[in-house]
Amino acid sequence: MANTLLSLAEKTFIVHGVDDNYRTDGRNRSEYRPMEVETKVLPHTSGSARLRLANTDILVGVKAEVDTPYPDNPNEGKLEFFVDCSANATPAFEGKGGDNLGTEISNTLTLAYQSSHVLDLTTLCILPQQKCWKLYVDVLILQCDGNLFDAVALAVKAALYSAQIPKVTTATLDGGKADIQLSDDPFDCVKLDVGSFPVLVTLCKNFTFIQIGENCVVDPTSEEEECSAASIVVAVMPNGRITSVVKTGYGSLQPSTLVKTLELAKDIGIKLNAGIMNALKEEDELGSQREIFGFLK
Amino acid sequence: MNDEDMIRVRLAVHRTNTNLSNGDHGMPRYYTPGEEVCSQPDFMRGHGTYMDDNDTLRASVAGVLEKVNKLISVKPLKARYQGEIGDVIVGRITELQQKRWKVDTNSKLDSALLLSSVNLPGGELRRRSAEDEQTMRRYLQEGDLICAEVQNVFADGSLSLHTRVLKYGKLSQGILLKVPPSLIKRKKVHFHNLLIGANLILGNNGYVWIGASIHNTDRTEGGFAQDLSRIPQQDREMCARLRNCILALARSNILLTDTSVIYAYDESTKYSANELLQPEAALDVALLTQQRLGERID
Repeated sequence: MANTLLSLAEKTFIVHGVDDNYRTDGRNRSEYRPMEVETKVLPHTSGSARLRLANTDILVGVKAEVDTPYPDNPNEGKLEFFVDCSANATPAFEGKGGDNLGTEISNTLTLAYQSSHVLDLTTLCILPQQKCWKLYVDVLILQCDGNLFDAVALAVKAALYSAQIPKVTTATLDGGKADIQLSDDPFDCVKLDVGSFPVLVTLCKNFTFIQIGENCVVDPTSEEEECSAASIVVAVMPNGRITSVVKTGYGSLQPSTLVKTLELAKDIGIKLNAGIMNALKEEDELGSQREIFGFLK
Repeated sequence: MNDEDMIRVRLAVHRTNTNLSNGDHGMPRYYTPGEEVCSQPDFMRGHGTYMDDNDTLRASVAGVLEKVNKLISVKPLKARYQGEIGDVIVGRITELQQKRWKVDTNSKLDSALLLSSVNLPGGELRRRSAEDEQTMRRYLQEGDLICAEVQNVFADGSLSLHTRVLKYGKLSQGILLKVPPSLIKRKKVHFHNLLIGANLILGNNGYVWIGASIHNTDRTEGGFAQDLSRIPQQDREMCARLRNCILALARSNILLTDTSVIYAYDESTKYSANELLQPEAALDVALLTQQRLGERID
């Protein structure tokens, strides 16, 4: 992602390590680095989360607004992703530098959430053809230390989990004009059912510069990303179903390895989903009096 | 699914505090920008401080206090590297220019390594010709890591480097770590061949190099002949452990010397190398290291 320069010897060391199933930081190929999540960090949003995966730092805010449904899908709400790569993360993101990566990530997210098994957009509809909820999911990349896709998807899931959409008390058509009223009580909210929301699993493959094996690596550091020619980003639902597969990088893949990779991604995706859901439930149990750290610790 | 197989996501509420200076461990006090350092008038204002309207000396950076007689300065915890002549640095080639390489050394400006201040392979001594200039990329290309000494500091703060001694030169297989330069203790020796079988370079600029292959210690070629063979698993494990130990020390702001690194390595043996990535284990290692360092001074 961000341009990390590596010498030939360093690359050799990393690639041989991947081959030996012992990476430079002591992890094996399918191990994640420690990660940390916190929800409701931004009080002005409907839902928000901050996720840190080693030094990768992601902040997500969800905002719900009333909008008109698309004429093609009058019974459906809207979901929109936007990824902003802050120049804080790396100077390469300055100006328009991060735009390509941001679009790539938001497109991958859109693709992952497109299936009706994931998020039933009809639940976001208030009045068919007239009013619906539009969810803006804004992702801010504050620091990047590899594996942006996985971290962003986890943060998005956490933010959607914490999102609270105001309850609509009355929704009537008054002479062709929609008339909706929201509940007066700000705590009277609807939560999204994240039970089937996917996470992204990136599998870094094709360490082609020395031809060895068909190993793929989970949760790559930025140095490992630099050594890999192609990665597969798989969106996995908690029940193990795959909603989208995206290949990034210039390298190519054999069909047979792709199938194996998808199997692996499925297993890891199930675990990752379980991990984030456990953490979110644990945080929920701490109650509303929980201290919010944000960036002040 | 057993417990080890799970992916654990932590909560910010349960974050481990890696700062050791909260207790009475004898760690120095940190000053924050704007904090009063001294209100007596007979002190001299050094780097990292300023005088406010009431003639109170205040810190302008976050860091620790340094006092030399009457001169008071605050040394920032995290800052870019400011070079001094004679420093050992580890750097990465970023650009090739006429007769010089540009090197990233974690300072504000890229440093320059002149073609005339490197040893040619084979140790040949002669004037550098135009032909040498054209083959510069064969010696060092973009991305290569080098170890060098600061030869000169220019007025704008940029550095001129040299690798005129055989111990300097291109680095081979291993791991580069980046830590704040203030954590590297200035010593006579910055090259360490540790007993456990790794070579460690603690660059003054905050770049730390863990060399994997000990067989490369013979550096008569200036590192230009690179050994790209496979590193044995045992050495690899040692490098990974060393890496995680150094990062654990750096996270808890413990000065890096060969002693502190070895102590941390010894204390870490109860964990596996990948367990040291967890903040609890890292803090434990840092605490035990600091205790041992304290005992040594007593």
